[in-house]
Amino acid sequence: MTAEAGLWKRLTTPRELGGMSPLGAFLTYLALGLWSFVCLFPLYWILITSFKLPLHVNDGPVYVPFVDFTPSLHAWEYIFVDLGNDTLRPYLNSVVVALASTALALLVGSLAAYALTRVRYRVSLAAVGLFLLLLAAVVVAVVLAGVPWWLAAAVALALLIFLLRALGQRFRRHLGNEDILFWMISNRILPPVVAVLPIYMMFQKLGLLDTHLALIVTYAAVNLPIVVWLMRDFFATIPYEIEESAQIDGAGRFRIVLTIVLPLARAGLAATFLLVLILAWNEYLLALFLSTAKAQTMPLLVAGQNATRGPQWWYMSVLIVLMVAPVVVLAIALQRFIARGFLVGAVKG
Amino acid sequence: MRGTGPSFFGRLAERWADQILIWPAVLLLLAFSIFPTIASATLALSRLDLVPGGFTLGWVGLRNFERLLFGSRQDHLLGTMAPLGPLARGLWLLAALLVLAGLARFLWRGRGRPPLALLAGLLGRLLAAALFLALLALVLSTNARGGFPGSLVTTLVYVLGGVTIQFLLGLGLALLVARPIEGRRFFRVVFFLPLMVTPVGIAYAFRMLADTGKGPLAPIWRAFGLQEFAWAADPWAARIVVMIGDTWQWTPFVFLALLAALETQPKDQVEAARLDGAGPLQLFRFVTWPAIAPVAATVVLIRLIEAFKIVDLPNVLTNGGPGFATESLTLHAFIAWRTQDLGGSAAVGYILLFVAVVTCTSFLNLVAKGARGR
Repeated sequence: MTAEAGLWKRLTTPRELGGMSPLGAFLTYLALGLWSFVCLFPLYWILITSFKLPLHVNDGPVYVPFVDFTPSLHAWEYIFVDLGNDTLRPYLNSVVVALASTALALLVGSLAAYALTRVRYRVSLAAVGLFLLLLAAVVVAVVLAGVPWWLAAAVALALLIFLLRALGQRFRRHLGNEDILFWMISNRILPPVVAVLPIYMMFQKLGLLDTHLALIVTYAAVNLPIVVWLMRDFFATIPYEIEESAQIDGAGRFRIVLTIVLPLARAGLAATFLLVLILAWNEYLLALFLSTAKAQTMPLLVAGQNATRGPQWWYMSVLIVLMVAPVVVLAIALQRFIARGFLVGAVKG
Repeated sequence: MRGTGPSFFGRLAERWADQILIWPAVLLLLAFSIFPTIASATLALSRLDLVPGGFTLGWVGLRNFERLLFGSRQDHLLGTMAPLGPLARGLWLLAALLVLAGLARFLWRGRGRPPLALLAGLLGRLLAAALFLALLALVLSTNARGGFPGSLVTTLVYVLGGVTIQFLLGLGLALLVARPIEGRRFFRVVFFLPLMVTPVGIAYAFRMLADTGKGPLAPIWRAFGLQEFAWAADPWAARIVVMIGDTWQWTPFVFLALLAALETQPKDQVEAARLDGAGPLQLFRFVTWPAIAPVAATVVLIRLIEAFKIVDLPNVLTNGGPGFATESLTLHAFIAWRTQDLGGSAAVGYILLFVAVVTCTSFLNLVAKGARGR
C-alpha cells in the first residue's frame, strides 16, 4: 500500500519547479502524438491510395505499401498520360489565377493599407448615404425597369454631383480612417454566395464568364479585406521618421512607397502573399459559378470526379496529391511565415 | 520621374497621390461587394422568368422570403417543426429568462448613459435576443420527435457546434504544446498542415476514411458488426462526418493563434502564481486565461465569420444528403440557383447574410469587447 502510494507520488510530482511530472509528461506526449497521427493519417491515406490498384481498394483496406500491397503507378499514368491536357489545363488555370489574383490583391490592398496609416481621410457621411441611395436606385432601375445601365449610371452620377454641391456643406458628420478600415475589413463577413449572383450576371453582360480575368479580379476583391487588415498592422510598425526625411529630400509619395516603405514591409508582404495565395488556390464556390470549362480550376476538377463514373478513389487521390503537395511543401518550408500571415490580426486582438 | 524633373503625369500623380492610393481598393470593393449586395437584394425581391432568347425579372415583393419562411419551401430552409416536449420547453424558458435578465442588467447598468447610446444598445440587444430565442425555438422544435431540421438549422449546427469543438480542441493542444516539451517545432508544423489542404480534398479524404466497408477503419467497424452501417443515409451521422472534416481543417487555426498568445505571456507571472501555491486549474483560471482572452475572442470571431460560409465539405462529402440533411445555407442557395430559382437563391443568401451579421456583431459587441477589457 505504501509502496503504491510512493510510486504514485513519484509519478505525479514534477522533478523541478515548473517542470512536468513523469505521468504528466507521458500523457502530454500521448495526446500530442495522437493528434499528430490524426493530422497526418488522412494525408498518408490519400498518398498511398494514389498508388493502389482498384482491387486493393475494393477488397478492403490495405495499409502499408510493399508490405500489404505492391504499389502501382497506373493511376498516375492515367492522369498524366491518358488525360494529359485535361489535367494540365485546370492546373495551369489554378496557378495563373492564384498568382495573378494574389498579386493584384496585394498591390491594391497594401497601397490602401499604407494610405490608411499615413493619410488622414475625411468622408462626408451625407455623401456616402447619397451614393448608396443612388446606387440602389440605379440597380432597381436597371434590373427591374429595364433602363439601359449607362443611362441610369449617367443620370445618377449627374444627380450625385449636383446634390453634393447643393447639400454637401450642410452636413458636417464625417467618417475617418478607422471607419474606412472597419468598412473594408467588414466586407469579409459578406457570404460569397450573396455576392456571386450579380457578379455572375455582370461578367455575363461583359462576355467574360469562364475567363481567367473574371476569376482573378473576383478573387482579388474577395481577399482584399485580409490584405488591408494584415498589411495595415505591418505598416503601422514602420517608423514615420524615415519617410519624413525622404520627404524633406523631395521624394514624392509614390517614390517613398515603392523604394522605402514596401521594401521595409517585405516580411509582412511575404506572409500575406502566402496566406492569400493559399486561399485563392483552394477556393471553390466562386469558381463553381464563374468558370465552366476553359477557365476551370483544380478544386472544380477534383470535385467533379464524383459525378462522372462513381468514386474512383485512385484517380481522385492523384489529383488531390497534385493539389495538396505544393502547398504542403510550401507550408513545411515557410511555416513560420505563413502562420504569421494567419496570426498577425488574430494575436493583436 | 528621373532626370531633369517630374513629367506632367508624374506631377499630376503626386498631386493626387493620396486619392490614387486608396481608390483602387474602394472601387474594387464597391464593384464586387457593395454593388452585388444591393443587386442581390433586388434579385431576392424578384422572380426569374425565362422568355424566348433570354430572361426577364419581375418584381414579386417579399414573396420569395414568404415562401422560404412560411410557405412551400419552409421545410427546406427552416425544416419541419414539431411540438416541443416538456424538457425542450423548459430549456427554452430558461434561456428566455436568462436573456431577459441580461437585458435588465444592461438597462440597470446603463442608467447614467446618454439616452441615444442607451437606445442604440438596447435596440441591438433586442434584435440579437429575438433572433437568438427564435433560432433556439427553431432548433429545438425541428429536433423534436417528428421534426426535421432544414438548411438554416444545419448551418447553425455546423457553425456553433464546429466552432465550439474547434476552439476547445485548439485551446487544449495549445496549452499542451506551450508546456516545457521537446519537439515543439515538429508539432507546430504537423498541426499546421490541415489548414493548407483544399476543402474539396478533405471532403474526399474523409469520405474514404469514413467508408465502413473499405476504409482504413473497416476492421474496427467489422469488430462492432457495423460494416454495413451507411452513415451517408443517416442525417445526424452525415452531419457529424461533415463537422469532423471541418474540425480537422480548422482546429490548427485556433491552436496556432492561442499558442502564439501563450508564448508571449510573461513567464514571471506564471512563476509568481506558482510560488504562491496556485494549482493548475487556478493558474489557468486567474493567470493564463485572462492573458489570452482577447486573442481567443478574436479567433472565435474570425472562425464565426468564415464558418457561416461552409459549402465545399457538405457539397462534396455528402452532396447535401441524405435528402437535404447536410445542406448548408450556401449550398441551399447554390442548388436553388442551379434549378433556375434565382430569386429564391438570392433570398436564401440574404437570410444567411442577416443571421451571420447579427451573430458576428452580437459576438463582437457582447463578448469580444468585454474580453478585450473595453
